[in-house]
Amino acid sequence: MTQTQADDLRPTTAEPVVLMRGISIEFPGVKALQDVDLTLRPGEVHALMGENGAGKSTLIKALTGVYTPDAGTTTLNGVQVAFHGPAAAQSAGISTVYQEVNLCSNLSVAENILLGREPRRLGGIDGRAMRARSAEVLARMGLDVDPASILSSHPIAIQQLVAIARAVEIDSRVLILDEPTSSLDADEVAELFRVIRSLRDEGVAIVFVSHFLEQVFEISDRMTVLRNGRVVGEYATAELTRLELVSAMLGREMDLLEEIERAVAESAPSDATDTPLVRVTGLGRTGAIEPFDLTIRAGEVVGLAGLLGSGRTELARLLFAADRADAGHVEVDGRPLRLRGPRSAIAAGIAFCSEDRKGEGLVADLSIRDNLVLAMQAARGWARPIPRRTKDELVEKYIEALDIRPGNPDALIGNLSGGNQQKVLLARWLVTEPRLLILDEPTRGIDVGAKAQIQKLVADLAAGGMAVLYISAELEEVVRLSDRVVVLRDHRKIAELDGRDVSVSDVMALIASGDQADHRSGGTERKAS
Amino acid sequence: MKAAQLPTRPEGAAPVATSRPARRRTPVPTRFLPVIATFVLFVAMFGVGSVRYEGFASGQVVANLFIDNAFLIVLAVGMTFVILTGGIDLSVGSVVALSTMVAAAGLQAGWSAPLTILAVLAMGSGFGLLMGLVIHYFEIQPFIVTLAGLFLARGLCYVISVESIPIKDDTFRSIATGVIELPGGTVITPSVVIALVVVAVAAYVLHLTRFGRTVYAVGGSESSARLMGLATARAKVGVYVISGFCSALAGLLFSFYMLSGYSLHAVGMELDAIAAVVIGGTLLSGGVGLVVGSLLGVLVLGTIQTFISFEGTLSSWWTKIAIGTLLLIFIVMQRLFVGRKA
Ligand SMILES: Nc1ncnc2c1ncn2[C@@H]1O[C@H](COP(=O)(O)OP(=O)(O)OP(=O)(O)O)[C@@H](O)[C@H]1O
Ligand SMILES: [Mg+2]
Repeated sequence: MTQTQADDLRPTTAEPVVLMRGISIEFPGVKALQDVDLTLRPGEVHALMGENGAGKSTLIKALTGVYTPDAGTTTLNGVQVAFHGPAAAQSAGISTVYQEVNLCSNLSVAENILLGREPRRLGGIDGRAMRARSAEVLARMGLDVDPASILSSHPIAIQQLVAIARAVEIDSRVLILDEPTSSLDADEVAELFRVIRSLRDEGVAIVFVSHFLEQVFEISDRMTVLRNGRVVGEYATAELTRLELVSAMLGREMDLLEEIERAVAESAPSDATDTPLVRVTGLGRTGAIEPFDLTIRAGEVVGLAGLLGSGRTELARLLFAADRADAGHVEVDGRPLRLRGPRSAIAAGIAFCSEDRKGEGLVADLSIRDNLVLAMQAARGWARPIPRRTKDELVEKYIEALDIRPGNPDALIGNLSGGNQQKVLLARWLVTEPRLLILDEPTRGIDVGAKAQIQKLVADLAAGGMAVLYISAELEEVVRLSDRVVVLRDHRKIAELDGRDVSVSDVMALIASGDQADHRSGGTERKAS
Repeated sequence: MKAAQLPTRPEGAAPVATSRPARRRTPVPTRFLPVIATFVLFVAMFGVGSVRYEGFASGQVVANLFIDNAFLIVLAVGMTFVILTGGIDLSVGSVVALSTMVAAAGLQAGWSAPLTILAVLAMGSGFGLLMGLVIHYFEIQPFIVTLAGLFLARGLCYVISVESIPIKDDTFRSIATGVIELPGGTVITPSVVIALVVVAVAAYVLHLTRFGRTVYAVGGSESSARLMGLATARAKVGVYVISGFCSALAGLLFSFYMLSGYSLHAVGMELDAIAAVVIGGTLLSGGVGLVVGSLLGVLVLGTIQTFISFEGTLSSWWTKIAIGTLLLIFIVMQRLFVGRKA
């Protein structure tokens, strides 16, 4: 691979906007960044690449004044700067979408876009101008949402787009996007890329972080790869192959990765037993998902495919009784189960690993150990204490199985990198040893290596007799892992396919097709009874 | 690895967000429901009162609600700001007492009325500022800091005097005895006007200024608000200054009402203020609530008292029992609202 000089890629004569040199940041026990350089040029999309915990988000926060570096200098347009907080960076022309949605869900969409920059009239905030302005920005993003609606009434994907809209609205010279696409589907990503390109052509310097290599290769002009808090190198995207990038990120050859993937592929067609573990009949909730039937056997992986907003999460939430169903019933082991709330679902051995890890999943102020123990204790009931030895063993086991980094059980969840938080969330449900595990976007925000690990884990769990309902926007994953694939569209179950001989394109065709799909009875479709 | 991208918008398909039907909302946004519930409760209580007791359904009874609770309205407004950020201010009752003391002692020492009023307001705001700074910069829980404030302010009262100090100043007396006649023969006091102005100003600040919106944002998620580049420190400290100012103002209104300064005035009044705010639909966790709700909350509390005085035979402790029950009901109701929203 070639390590390019700063100016032999595009005919840009422009001086760098941002120059970070020798940045180091140390947290208690972790050297998050060591002697890191970053150069951002106007009119360029710069990807920041690296495994979970490599230091990408930390570098961004060092630039925007959330953290003060222990060493190193930052210059903006040739002038040395040290921001004392995000507000200062923002007013200097750096607008940022941080990893995870960082908005106020109690306020309206319009307010979230314009908070701090509200148009004013006659000494007060001009509500009408505010809605008009945000409607404009939303339209530019290709989004059709009511600016006056409360943010929390929208799904995560929309919230993420609103966060991006907020950053785009600021007329800035540097736009930083930390994993902006983690919960978007292809259409929305395409829309976002259109916006990014037009900003780039206007001369904005853009930082783009993503674990989707495809997207990185599509949008970026240049990339800086980090590993364990150090820079591996700066590369021109055009001169780098995927393989080279992955080995730069992981510091090992791709072979290992492929090995894991092969193992997944082999163990995937697990031997499902014939007795249904969970049988759902006519379960539905108006406005969320139309009544559907579904049978899941022990040892089986059932995949849920569909576009974002097709009702995937809604279906899962009904099954977990996080939302109340208006119709239908659920049987577990042939016995009817009254789903009165998540507790009753948990008692029946159903676990739900939510896609919204910040809102629903983790307790940020507790350590990895406490988070795991909390779930374990809740599952056992509070009257039966768990011996210290068992706790430690289990915590060790999961940290190792999921390769959670840092592997220190006492690290606070709030301080872990986004991907590692996701792993802890997964581990938290695994310790409860559920019989049916519902995974909603378990690989979101997770790096290539860990993604393969998680898929392998799912395959192993199913082989061990656990039933898994696997939800993911990535059809490849769903198809590879699942014994059966349930396809949703427009809040309706439209088909159920046998996973063994289904291909990604079959599923795509179903999702894209019109209403005739309801009546289509291909050889692979099984009538849900 | 997203090797297989989903098809990019098949022909004739709708644009992005329409495939995800925007959930139709009820005509009344959920955030107004608690306030409406409080209003309905208030009207219903009044309805019951007018059926049961003769003379209950008069304009003057309503006006008296405002007259007797003007100081509590002002206190509740300040408390609303604090609770909206997710904080709490336990010191307000003591600051009311301290304000009556400072006012009475100052006047006794020969200060002019305007000077006394200014001094009291400055003292309250400064007290709030101090607590706010400690809460924000030392990251100590508001509960603890304002509890310390509660003891401190009450203790300072005793430093000034252990006895009750009467207020004989002419300006104070004329405000205290002054009445404003409304069309229809109902009378109110200047305090009522002051309280209503405070409510109006608070509503303006909360809804039409950046400071106010930042208060809501901080209550929604402080870390997000910070990352959004909002002036969170100013909002977090500011609400305690406002609460301190309101407490001092309430203290002045209270001294108009009692015409004395006394260390034992307004004991436990912070709890009445918190109760009013919660009954008015403001979430204790912050971020959700309206100042009008707090006004209605005070009126509900006042109505309970009116009931008891009309009943005549009931002990005034029934007020506490009624308030306690109501609080429980409202908090449970809020839980249900929030739970259903998810
Ligand atoms: N506030 C903090 N306190 C202590 N450690 C921290 C803190 N923030 C980050 N870290 C640690 O610094 C390292 C880098 O984290 P960072 O969030 O930058 O990773 P990342 O590259 O963004 O990963 P991901 O792809 O998972 O988002 C991690 O080991 C993390 O645990
Ligand atoms: Mg990150």
